[in-house]
Amino acid sequence: MSKTITITINHKEYQVEPNQTIMQAADKLGFHIPRLCYHPKLSIEGACRVCIVEVEGMRTYVASCAYPVSDGMKIHTNTQALRKARRDIIELILDNHPQDCHTCERDGNCELQRLAASMGIRARHFEGQRKRYEKDLSSDAVIRDPEKCILCGRCVRMCSEIQQVHNLTQAHRGFHTVVMPAYDMPMGESVCTTCGQCINVCPTAAFVEKNYTQELFEKLNDPDLVKVVQFAPSVRAAIGEAFGLEAGLNMEGPLVAALRKLGFDYVFDTQFSADLTIMEEASEFLERVQSGGTLPMITSCSSAWMKCLEQFYPDLIDNVSTCKSPMSMHGAITKTYFAQKKKLDPKKILSVAVMCCTAKKYEAARPELLVDGMRGVDLVVTTREAAWMIKSAGIDLVNIEPEEPDHPLGLSSGAGAIFGTTGGVMEAAIRTAYELYTGETLVDIEVASVRGLKGIKEGTLMMDGKEIRVAVAHGLGNAFGLLDLVRRDPEKYHFIEIMGCPGGCVGGGGQPYAQINAIPLDDEVLQKRAQALYDLDKAKTIRRSHDNPDIQKLYKEFLQSPLSPVSHKYLHTHYQAKRPVGIIPKKERKQSGAAQ
Amino acid sequence: MTETEQKKMEALREYMHAVKDQPHSESNLIGVLHKVQQIYGYLPREVMDEAAEILEIPTAHIWGVATFYHYFNLEPIGKHVVSVCMGTACYVKGAQGVLDALKKELGVDIGGTTADKLFTLQEARCLGACGIAPVIMVDDKIYGELDTKKTIDIINRYRKADAAETEA
Repeated sequence: MSKTITITINHKEYQVEPNQTIMQAADKLGFHIPRLCYHPKLSIEGACRVCIVEVEGMRTYVASCAYPVSDGMKIHTNTQALRKARRDIIELILDNHPQDCHTCERDGNCELQRLAASMGIRARHFEGQRKRYEKDLSSDAVIRDPEKCILCGRCVRMCSEIQQVHNLTQAHRGFHTVVMPAYDMPMGESVCTTCGQCINVCPTAAFVEKNYTQELFEKLNDPDLVKVVQFAPSVRAAIGEAFGLEAGLNMEGPLVAALRKLGFDYVFDTQFSADLTIMEEASEFLERVQSGGTLPMITSCSSAWMKCLEQFYPDLIDNVSTCKSPMSMHGAITKTYFAQKKKLDPKKILSVAVMCCTAKKYEAARPELLVDGMRGVDLVVTTREAAWMIKSAGIDLVNIEPEEPDHPLGLSSGAGAIFGTTGGVMEAAIRTAYELYTGETLVDIEVASVRGLKGIKEGTLMMDGKEIRVAVAHGLGNAFGLLDLVRRDPEKYHFIEIMGCPGGCVGGGGQPYAQINAIPLDDEVLQKRAQALYDLDKAKTIRRSHDNPDIQKLYKEFLQSPLSPVSHKYLHTHYQAKRPVGIIPKKERKQSGAAQ
Repeated sequence: MTETEQKKMEALREYMHAVKDQPHSESNLIGVLHKVQQIYGYLPREVMDEAAEILEIPTAHIWGVATFYHYFNLEPIGKHVVSVCMGTACYVKGAQGVLDALKKELGVDIGGTTADKLFTLQEARCLGACGIAPVIMVDDKIYGELDTKKTIDIINRYRKADAAETEA
């Protein structure tokens, strides 16, 4: 252990580790210094000055997020003068901010609002100049509203440091500074991958998802439509947080019941189509291995990742599985097999998906995914939107009697459940691929090497004496790091899983906002959500996708076999290189330091 | 792309490749943007794209730098840049009237370029010619002791000279 130093906080002496900031030291000692632009996974911006503290002997207050502790330092975190200075800083931000909290989407979970309350701002002294900008509504998934922006720069750092997409920048200067893509391009035309991580870290409503809740409420009241909904694995692991429950509670049963109460005729589970994806993807992988196809094969479930690949790694398009994502497979099966089975006109089916993801809104609109000329999924709402709808409709998710999903697209294996967390798709695929390849059942089905929050994970597996090397990356920055390895050494791996968001879908851009005093994308929360899915897997009798009886029935009655012509027609897609407006550097990127 | 444009681009590429291999090549971005503006008069988007690829700097970052400095023009500018000094001395001596007259005569706002691409109107801080305030600067030439009429006369002189040049 390194030598400790002595610091004084608010007249009391403490022994602390050197080489840390005042904020870090104070956090460990139970002093929560207010903060705004700071995020532990991002570089230090020091822009907002909310975290100022008094250090004796210093001419001015210092930003505790950036200032290191030193031996003998005397710090004050809560003097009257300091409180006033902090309050003034927040007041000055509020002066330029639209004062429309009561109609704002982030009302009740806005960090600026919370800070204002905690500073005791009870009157407005100044009327500052307002920023007037149009909302950027061009994207199918992510809405940019510069009027709400307070220039903390978290989104810019998230986009460039963790996701490494570099879509956002702070353009112009001073009062006229605006966060925008290069050339002030509309988000919909920019290199934005629609991952939605800017939304997750935004303290206000400067970034929000494109909201479809009103449209959905309208359609739920349309008597001519048969309303079908599917929900993603990680929605159940996170939605409770939006209702004040602790992270990591599996809310599957209550969610199913709530969706029925909202007016859905059929509540299905995307975990069912995750099983279906595994049938196709594992078969595709084995076909590639056996017939000398392009390897490594890379998974294709993450829609932000797919847009990323088309823009920045078009040379690897052949490596990507042609499988649609579970959501889009589900949509396709809903409008075909399910419609036929129930003797429904597919045009009369409203196919809705509740997703942890903003990019799924973009995916659902991709023309490549049309099913007999129809959209497989008509509307995508995020976990956040679903939570709002449930509350708005007066449904008590917390105390509701749990219910089961409907058949035939509702039964899932444990493999389907773990799809929502980084490494889960790989683990699920291994469980099935091993058995399809060797004819034997894999006994030790929990693949520890691909679990956890390490940025890039590797594992090996012996299949009939053949060594299969796999790798997993989560967060686009880590994905870039892994793909650069593949470009250098294409033989290094056979199978790669990529999820665009930190932690995988559990950390998706559509998940509930961080709770009061919690950090967005906190590792502990991500791990708890993931654990909920692993527990769900463990509790299931069926843990391998190919053992799911409803999947077997679907193949028997409709699809024939994995990779059959019917499967190809409805469950597979293609990708094409996109030259984006705005170029990302081709040089090898540094691995994201934060999600290691 | 015309031949002249190709030549311009060639010169620029050469410059970018030369600075790229220097240590801390990112810090040469401003130098590159200066060069672009020197060649084109402004920063065309395609050229910024090209710079992004060659220098391996994200376009968003280049855009951030390009918009931060007032010096860089993001739109093509007119043949002549008319800067109205709004420094204290000029302001006291009636610069606002000069500026208003120019806005009206040219039919553009500050930062705007006339439809015939002859003039771009800009504001300037002190040009260091307070003794002859109020002043304007057309390209690199200073005109002082102005009133509304004198200002319009100057503009008309440039128009005439340009018309003669076009005929010749």
